[in-house]
Amino acid sequence: MFTGFMVNAWLVATVVAVVAGVVGFFVVLRGSSFAAHAVPNAAFAGAAGANLIGASSVGGLLVFAIAGALGISLLSRRGRRDVATALAMVVMLALGALFLSFSTQYASETYSLLFGEVLGVSSSELLPTAVLAVVAVAAVVLLWRLLLLTSIDPELADARGVRASHVELAFLVIVAVVTSMSVPVVGALLIFSLMIGPPAAARSFAADPSVAVLLAVCFSLATIWSAIAVSYLTTLPIGFFVGALGAAFYLAGRAHAVWSGKRVGSSGVRASRVVTAFDDQGARR
Amino acid sequence: MADPASGMMAGAGPPVLELDGIGVWLSGREVLRDVRFGIGPGEVVGLIGANGAGKTTIFRVVLGLLSPTSGRVLIAGQPRPRRNRSVGYVPQKIALDPEMPLRSRDLVALGLDGHRLGVPLPSRRRRELVDEMLQAVGAAHFADARVGSLSGGEQQRVMIAHALISRPKLLLLDEPLANLDLRSEQEVVDLVARIAKDQGLAFLISAHDLNPLLPVVDRVVYVAHGHVASGTTDEVVTSSVLTELYGHHVDVIRLHGRILVAASPGLSAERGKLEDSIDGATAV
Ligand SMILES: Nc1ncnc2c1ncn2[C@@H]1O[C@H](COP(=O)(O)OP(=O)(O)O)[C@@H](O)[C@H]1O
Ligand SMILES: [Mg+2]
Repeated sequence: MFTGFMVNAWLVATVVAVVAGVVGFFVVLRGSSFAAHAVPNAAFAGAAGANLIGASSVGGLLVFAIAGALGISLLSRRGRRDVATALAMVVMLALGALFLSFSTQYASETYSLLFGEVLGVSSSELLPTAVLAVVAVAAVVLLWRLLLLTSIDPELADARGVRASHVELAFLVIVAVVTSMSVPVVGALLIFSLMIGPPAAARSFAADPSVAVLLAVCFSLATIWSAIAVSYLTTLPIGFFVGALGAAFYLAGRAHAVWSGKRVGSSGVRASRVVTAFDDQGARR
Repeated sequence: MADPASGMMAGAGPPVLELDGIGVWLSGREVLRDVRFGIGPGEVVGLIGANGAGKTTIFRVVLGLLSPTSGRVLIAGQPRPRRNRSVGYVPQKIALDPEMPLRSRDLVALGLDGHRLGVPLPSRRRRELVDEMLQAVGAAHFADARVGSLSGGEQQRVMIAHALISRPKLLLLDEPLANLDLRSEQEVVDLVARIAKDQGLAFLISAHDLNPLLPVVDRVVYVAHGHVASGTTDEVVTSSVLTELYGHHVDVIRLHGRILVAASPGLSAERGKLEDSIDGATAV
C-alpha cells in the first residue's frame, strides 16, 4: 500500500488535500461554492480540448479554468452572481461535450477527468502539482486579510480603497489554479467535494479564522488519506469515499454547532435572531 | 454636553467634511440635487430622511464609492484622495452568517490593517490596541464570540470599534439604530456621545427618526426629494423649513422633549403619500 506507484498517490493526494483545505476555507467563507463547482467544469472542458489537439493537459486545464473564472467575475459585475456562474458553467460543459465527441478515447477519458485517477499518478505529474500548490497557497497567504475583509462586506472594503471586485477576481483565479492541479489527480467532481465538506465542518469547530483554516486542512487530509486506504483495500472507487467522508465531516460539524448552540443559549430570542440573519442573507444573495 | 465651552468647540476650525453643490443622477433619475452642508471637527450631525430619501447615496458620495454628477466633496479642506483613512464607515446592514469563523477581535483588527497584504505577525502592540478598542465600545466581554452570532446592538458596537481603530477624524454611521430594541438603541447613542466627547471625533449619523438621536446631535441635515436643509435642530425642524423641503404643509409639534412631525390634516387626498415622505421625525 505504501510502495511503487502508491507512493506517488499518497504524495500528490496530500498536496491536493492541503491546498483544498486552505482555499476551500475561503470558498465556504465567501459563499463561492457554486463558483467552485463551475470552475472545475470549465477545467474539464479544457482538458478534453487539450487531449484532442495533443497539447499538455495541464495547459488546457489552466487556460479554461482561468477563462471560466474571468467569465464568472465579469458577468457577475453586471448581473446576479449565481446566474452568471451557471451561464459560464453551461457554456464550458457544452464545449467539453463537443471536444469529447471528437475524441476517440471517449469513455475512459471522461471518467478519469470527472473522477480522477489518484491511484495512477505518474512521477511526471508530481512537479507541476507541487508548483501550482505553492502558487495557490502563497496567493492565499498574500491576500489573507483582503479575503477576510471583503467577505464581511464588499462595500466596507471598497470604502477603504480595497477593490472588492478585484479581490473576488483574484480569488476565482486561485480556485482555477487549485482546480488545474487537482483535476488530473482527483477529478473535476471530487476536488469540489474536498473544497466544501472539510472546510464547512472546520468552521463549526473553531471561531478563530487561522485555527479554522488549519482544521480544514486536517479534515481534508483525514478525508483523502482514509479514502485512499479504504479504496486500496476494498478496490471500490476512491471518489465514493472522498464524497462520503467529506459529507460525514460536514454532518459532524453541524451536530457540533447545534449541540454547542443549545448549550450556549436556548432562549427564544437567540433562536429568532439566527433565523433573521439567515433570512437577511437569503435576501441579499 | 451643556457646557458652553464644549458647545463652542464643536464646529470650530476648518470643516472635516464639506459637500459643495452635490448632484447625483442614477439610472436617469435625479437622486440628489445641490446638496451642500459641512461638518466641523468633533461635531455630531444627524442625517434624517425617510427610506429612499438619499441618505446612503450621500454616504457613498462622501466615501468616493460613487462619483457625483456635479459638485465636489472636500475632506479637511482638500479634494478627497483615492485612499482615505480619515473617514471611517459603518454600512447600513451587514448580514453575517452566525457560523462565520470570525471573532469580534478579528473584525476589529481588520479595521487596523485589513487593507494590507500578507498575514499579520503576532504583535503585542496590535493585540493591546484591539483590546483597548473593544474595551472602549464595551465589547470586551464578547471579544472572542463570533461576530455573526452577536445581537444587532453588539454587532453595531464591534463595527464602530472596527471603524474607530484606524483613528479617523470623521465616522459615518448608516442607520445604526435600525432594527435595534430600545435598550440597544440607547446604548449605541450613549457610545456615540462618549466617543465624540472623549476623542473629539466628528460623526454623521443617518436615521429615519430624529428622536433617538436628539441627545447627541449638534446639528441636523434633513433630506427629502434629493434636497437637504441643514442647521441646528431649532433652525431646521420647524414648520416653515420642513414645509418648503417636503413641498407640502407640515406641522412640527414638540412634546415632552420629543419632536413630532405631521402632515396637515387638511390634505386628505395627498395624505398617504405625504405620510410616507415625512416619517422623517415621527415620534413612536
Ligand atoms: N444604483 C441605483 N440605481 C438607481 N437608483 C438608485 C440606485 N441606488 C439608489 N437609488 C435610488 O436613490 C434613492 C436614494 O436611495 P438611498 O440613498 O439608498 O436612500 P436611503 O438611504 O435614504 O434610504 C432611492 O430612490 C433609490 O431607489
Ligand atoms: Mg439607506
